[in-house]
Amino acid sequence: MNADKRVITDEQLQKLIDVLIGAGRRVLGPVRGDGVVVYEDIQSVNDFPVGLTDEQTPGGYRLVEAADQSYFGFSVGPHVWKKFLHPSQIELWRARREGENLIIEASGGNNETYAFIGVRACELAAISKQDRVLTGGDYVDTHYQTRRENTLLIAVNCGKAGGCCFCASMGTGPEVRGPFDLALTELSPADEHLFVVEAGSPAGQELLLEIGSRPATEHEIETAKSIVERTALTMGRSMPPDVDVPRLLADNLLHPRWQEVAERCLSCANCTLVCPTCFCTTVEDISDLAGESFARERRWDSCFTMDFSYLHGGGVRNTVASRYRQWMTHKLSTWIEQFGSSGCVGCGRCITWCPVGIDITQEVQAIAGAQTG
Amino acid sequence: MTGRQIRPRLAVWKFASCDGCQLSLLDCEDEILGLAEAVEIAYFPEATRAEISGHYDISLVEGSITTAHDAVRIHEVRRRSTKLIVIGACATSGGIQALRNFSDVTEYARIVYARPEYIETLSTSTPIADHVRVDFELRGCPINKRQLVEMLGAFIAGRRPATPAHSVCVECKLKGVACVMVAHGAPCLGPVTHAGCGALCPSYNRGCYGCFGPKETPNAPALSARLSELGMDQRGLARLYSTFNANADAFRQESEKYDQQDGQD
Ligand code: SF4
Ligand code: SF4
Ligand code: SF4
Ligand code: SF4
Repeated sequence: MNADKRVITDEQLQKLIDVLIGAGRRVLGPVRGDGVVVYEDIQSVNDFPVGLTDEQTPGGYRLVEAADQSYFGFSVGPHVWKKFLHPSQIELWRARREGENLIIEASGGNNETYAFIGVRACELAAISKQDRVLTGGDYVDTHYQTRRENTLLIAVNCGKAGGCCFCASMGTGPEVRGPFDLALTELSPADEHLFVVEAGSPAGQELLLEIGSRPATEHEIETAKSIVERTALTMGRSMPPDVDVPRLLADNLLHPRWQEVAERCLSCANCTLVCPTCFCTTVEDISDLAGESFARERRWDSCFTMDFSYLHGGGVRNTVASRYRQWMTHKLSTWIEQFGSSGCVGCGRCITWCPVGIDITQEVQAIAGAQTG
Repeated sequence: MTGRQIRPRLAVWKFASCDGCQLSLLDCEDEILGLAEAVEIAYFPEATRAEISGHYDISLVEGSITTAHDAVRIHEVRRRSTKLIVIGACATSGGIQALRNFSDVTEYARIVYARPEYIETLSTSTPIADHVRVDFELRGCPINKRQLVEMLGAFIAGRRPATPAHSVCVECKLKGVACVMVAHGAPCLGPVTHAGCGALCPSYNRGCYGCFGPKETPNAPALSARLSELGMDQRGLARLYSTFNANADAFRQESEKYDQQDGQD
């Protein structure tokens, strides 16, 4: 295994970007936005948020100067890769009136190809979960499938855990596992800016050949290993250990804690929309004023909205308590029955980006504590 | 030409308001011709000279009720309309002029007008729905042009308008706008505010001002608690909820809480 670990320089990383762009791909990666790290098109390693890191707390995020000039010295931010794989809004089909006839046409597909650079362990795990949900059953979401098949994943082992990260306790990180083409570990950029790299697919191997690399030394392999180990030990929080969370939630559907959290919850839907595994959408029909052309559009939806559970005559989940419970029990409990694994990867986004800082790990703790205690 | 034989008759009515919402309709340059084809604009004093006559299939009502005369006139509008649609914060909640509901209006009149005895007004500004049955409410101060066209298109086609009542936060996330409250500590009414503007202010790094009024199931007390943690004082909270939709239930109840406490301090 170790024999497969190689080393590239920052120049070779730049070459990787050049090669991918040369092959016609959109290269997407972390860049500095307005006080946040966002995922956008990149052309150069200088587009990365060099020398920046983040401080994350429940309901708080600040971008600050880091101690060194790392490219990847921060943890996950407000953007989620699903914005490219499972976009927030797409048109499904359109129709137009021609005399007495109605002509229905599928909307143009997406034929872009992508390379994501800087995908974290938790995010890879989340992509696997969305693969399962959107392409793993009888009904395949072809929009997702096409984009997914046209995407190369270049992952990064986390050198720092964020204040709301808890991947270690969810078994999804910080060491990248899931499906990647290349996985990088950024060594301290003090003298030479080096990355230990490993290929996870034939496409990744070919890329390495093209940009050039050298075998990693024992010392470099050890250093890379200790970086992720240290990250695992400095997780911002954790899902309570020794608790069978799916069972716990299933057994406590009438726990008073749901009502307590509902008093703080704004039912604003931020937690679901930033979650890398949440996949729900709704459709809206639009028509022009003349009644000549129509379109059906799909956009992200959330179990926190009233329309989400609207059936004839009204909504099913009228109380905020029932909506919060739906969200959390689906993430941590019923997702397992439905798709065979937990719906949470421990990225902590729902905690950081909740305007009132509701913390899913603390909510589990509260139910577990009150139950056992 | 189109499959439609009879064009619905449309009227636009004005009550106490600034005209901004009606102007949104005139501002639909690209769509206005389509609209003129799709409906007969039978009464719209801002744009045409047509007289009030007969019955209207769709009435758009802008403005709130602030005079005894208007309180009677709105019933006449209701009688003449099949669908009565109210547009804008004035018509849906009473508007900025509903700040009078919290004070003494004769005092205001005395300060503002040279001859206050000429001013005949009610002591409150109230939404249209307090007076007559309303078929649809389009929120906003002012309304959003895209939503207006969408709503008219929906009524003409006989389908449900796509004007969701969820938070502005959803619009931030659809656009990829990072939350200004989380990332900058900026006070934002988005989590309790009805969507519709496309997250205009957060897109420019400002907190939401609540132009579209309370969303479905708003939890203003929880938001206020968080804003206090972020450093907003009682007076700030009272003012935050007391703008274009000051009279909307969820916002009024919240601002009154802090107004009273402010008075006691
Ligand atoms: S848990 Fe937080 S982010 Fe989620 S709906 Fe409630 S207040 Fe919004
Ligand atoms: S539930 Fe929260 S922590 Fe878990 S994957 Fe979703 S956003 Fe991340
Ligand atoms: S949750 Fe884990 S993998 Fe994800 S950013 Fe944090 S440390 Fe990295
Ligand atoms: S900026 Fe305001 S509206 Fe947007 S997500 Fe944050 S709290 Fe919600």
